[in-house]
Amino acid sequence: MSSRTINLTLRVWRQTSPDQAGRFEKYEAKDVSTDASFLEMLDQVNEELVNRGEEPIAFEHDCREGICGTCGIVINGMAHGPQHGTTTCQLHMRQFRDGETLTLEPWRARGFPVLKDLAVDRAAFDRIMAAGGYNSVNVGNAPDANSILVSRTVASDAFDAATCIGCGACVAACPNASAMLFVAAKVGHLATLPQGQPEATKRAKRMVDQMDIEGFGACTNTLECEAACPKEISTKWIQKMNRLYLKAALISDET
Amino acid sequence: MSLHSNSPTGPIADRWNKHKAELKLIGPTNRRKYEVIIVGTGLAGASAAATLGEQGYRVRVFTHHDSPRRAHSVAAQGGINAAKNYQNDGDSVHRLFYDTVKGGDFRARESNVHRLAEVSANIIDQCVAQGVPFAREYGGTLANRTFGGVLVARTFYARGQTGQQLLYGAYSSLMRMVDTGRCTLHTRSEMVDLVVVDGRARGIVVRDLVTGELSVHVADAVVLCTGGYSNVFYLSTNAMTCNTTATWRAHRRGALFANPCYTQIHPTCIPQHGEYQSKLTLMSESLRNDGRVWVPKQAGDRRAPNEIPEDERDYYLERKYPTFGNMVPRDVASRNAKYVCDEGRGVGGTGRAVYLDFRDAIERDGEDAIRARYGNLFDMYQKITDDDPYRVPMKIYPAPHYTMGGLWVDYNLMSNIPGLFVAGEANFSDHGANRLGASALMQGLADGYFVLPYTVGGYLSGNRAEAITEDHPAVREALAFVNERLGRLAGIQGKRSVESFHRELGMLMLDKVGMSRSREGLEDVIARINALRSEFWENVFVPGSTASFNQELEKANRVADFIELAELMARDALHREESCGGHFREEHQTPEGEALRNDDEFCHVAAWESNGPGNEPTLHKEELTFEFVKLTQRSYK
Repeated sequence: MSSRTINLTLRVWRQTSPDQAGRFEKYEAKDVSTDASFLEMLDQVNEELVNRGEEPIAFEHDCREGICGTCGIVINGMAHGPQHGTTTCQLHMRQFRDGETLTLEPWRARGFPVLKDLAVDRAAFDRIMAAGGYNSVNVGNAPDANSILVSRTVASDAFDAATCIGCGACVAACPNASAMLFVAAKVGHLATLPQGQPEATKRAKRMVDQMDIEGFGACTNTLECEAACPKEISTKWIQKMNRLYLKAALISDET
Repeated sequence: MSLHSNSPTGPIADRWNKHKAELKLIGPTNRRKYEVIIVGTGLAGASAAATLGEQGYRVRVFTHHDSPRRAHSVAAQGGINAAKNYQNDGDSVHRLFYDTVKGGDFRARESNVHRLAEVSANIIDQCVAQGVPFAREYGGTLANRTFGGVLVARTFYARGQTGQQLLYGAYSSLMRMVDTGRCTLHTRSEMVDLVVVDGRARGIVVRDLVTGELSVHVADAVVLCTGGYSNVFYLSTNAMTCNTTATWRAHRRGALFANPCYTQIHPTCIPQHGEYQSKLTLMSESLRNDGRVWVPKQAGDRRAPNEIPEDERDYYLERKYPTFGNMVPRDVASRNAKYVCDEGRGVGGTGRAVYLDFRDAIERDGEDAIRARYGNLFDMYQKITDDDPYRVPMKIYPAPHYTMGGLWVDYNLMSNIPGLFVAGEANFSDHGANRLGASALMQGLADGYFVLPYTVGGYLSGNRAEAITEDHPAVREALAFVNERLGRLAGIQGKRSVESFHRELGMLMLDKVGMSRSREGLEDVIARINALRSEFWENVFVPGSTASFNQELEKANRVADFIELAELMARDALHREESCGGHFREEHQTPEGEALRNDDEFCHVAAWESNGPGNEPTLHKEELTFEFVKLTQRSYK
């Protein structure tokens, strides 16, 4: 690890509240260590703003380990920035060149209204989850865990979908602001496991319908979502979800 | 005030069943008449909310996150313990109970720990039914790994993301209850005070983090599942917004804070690399299953690790603890890392790191096998450090990670304020002075799925509360208090950022109330914390208004509480004239440098009553009795 410092110019989206118009403001980030994370670079800029008596840039973040899904900034037009399979918090400054200008924007989608600066409201994802994103099993009536055998391959496959952190980068990257990859990951995770079978089709139908209600667009088939996903979730899950959705429409055994 | 644990008596294995049989029930159709507030949506909060909802109570859930799925349980990596004995290697409820009591250095309540071990097996069943994709063997059965401080393989895992998958399970159950309308979800809503009416917990004051609006929510009971307080150290493995405000405000309203000095410094974290650093990243303890910990034998050896020949390496944990080797408990591993670094044998740029080396495991099992076990952890390590752990050993150093202390609760997980329940890391109850790996997830889910649903019902059945409105004097007083406090924070308009106060507090705490503590250091740090608190309230600068989305104000309100808690931690550490688990007093150690307990004088829970900041708190003791486990000097040799 060889540590250097670099200087950057930031063009940052500033917006005081959801109903106010936003604009880009320019900031200089000076003497940034290349070992710092992207958010630590923003911390540094913010502390300077606070020390000058100004309001810092609002951005969301929490675990800073790439697992909670809270952070998310569009950096130079790329959701979570240029490094593949990486959340904004795990992006490090060694990915950038000295003297570069970076444009920082919030997730932009009808389903994700801007709250302030780079922070958006992603409550729509919770509402989609509440529309069937679960197995209906009360505490107390689960059978012994080993009574449900799951092959190693199936468990691993389900895990690949279950790893979705709900950050919303797929929506931000999609030209149509579609949430197909997010929804497909949840539908696919549960439908791959035997425990999720009883509700597989109904779940797909309800979650997709809720996604439409929330104002997310239709799939563009451009695979931008897969490219932006920090957990590298495959678009094959969208095909699986589409099959389940179609089945639900054809069979319509329950509502 | 005298403390009653309300633990049942009789044979340890019968106590929970006996207690459940004695708890009063509320009929299914009457449950909807009761309202319960849950604060926090990590493993404990989400599981409690979902389960109470399933039973028919009306539940209101509050989280300061934008979604319940963000709670910091999501970041737990390695696994969850359960006494399933699927490996046929001699595990049992009793062994899990024994390991946990011993691992906690004999400072936990026996009855609680035994109940935890009893319900552990059902947790795995429930999680599998929810669709948690645990690791599997080729035959389709569940796989296990080993964690520190034990000699059996009882840890269930989902790659290195077990907490994430368990939380998503609990979260999906919670969202199912939101779907049915039994749970109401309030996101971006931070609890900023507790409302106590006639001595009972009846509600909370909440700040809407988007609009800044304050509101009061009343209920028949309040359950705090708001996590631990490691962020008092500024740099810790906790998420940036983890805080003590909910538990600290409850403390200031009369709830006792127990064993605040019991903090866990986790041995395997990525070392600090710069002044700008905002947090430390954990590398799961599960890595010690295959990684070997070492430093050069010679102090000041600056050669690259791969150039240091085998006979010039000191695998100090394997040397000192041949039985447990690299799998000693966390407190022991952390202390030994500190010792070798203090001897000048630390590695890396700062000399505050030791190697965790996978060379032998890769030679033995192949790179693919290691990738399958720890791939995501290795990737994360490489992203942060730019080093490839498949080629060069990881560098690790201990970092604040978990807090065993928390609000005092009885066997029902109820605090000394009737109607105020506390679960998960926020309470003090199950881990004594040191928590074993993979036991936090177990405790959070045990509390939420299997304990609170019984004990909250037991409380409510005998305590139908009178309806109160927003005009009640206690409600108005709490609202006015919060309004005044936030206004004051925003109005100081001083010269120093919140961050600078937090950083200074963290450095003081890590230095004097961290891995090693002394009377002199603690007395000194109490004075300095007091001075810092005074300066904070005169010189902090919070930009923006209270009636808006204001992250600096959120931080200021939390740091103000951390400063007060820090003082209590130091006072508790000063009072405890012994070393036990994560609490190490330099004056009390064996000739080999191991923790030396004083069972004659300190076999008690220290539960502190607040008398306001700057005033000495009042100590209440709950004596711990050990009927089923013999008190011994812990040995992992």
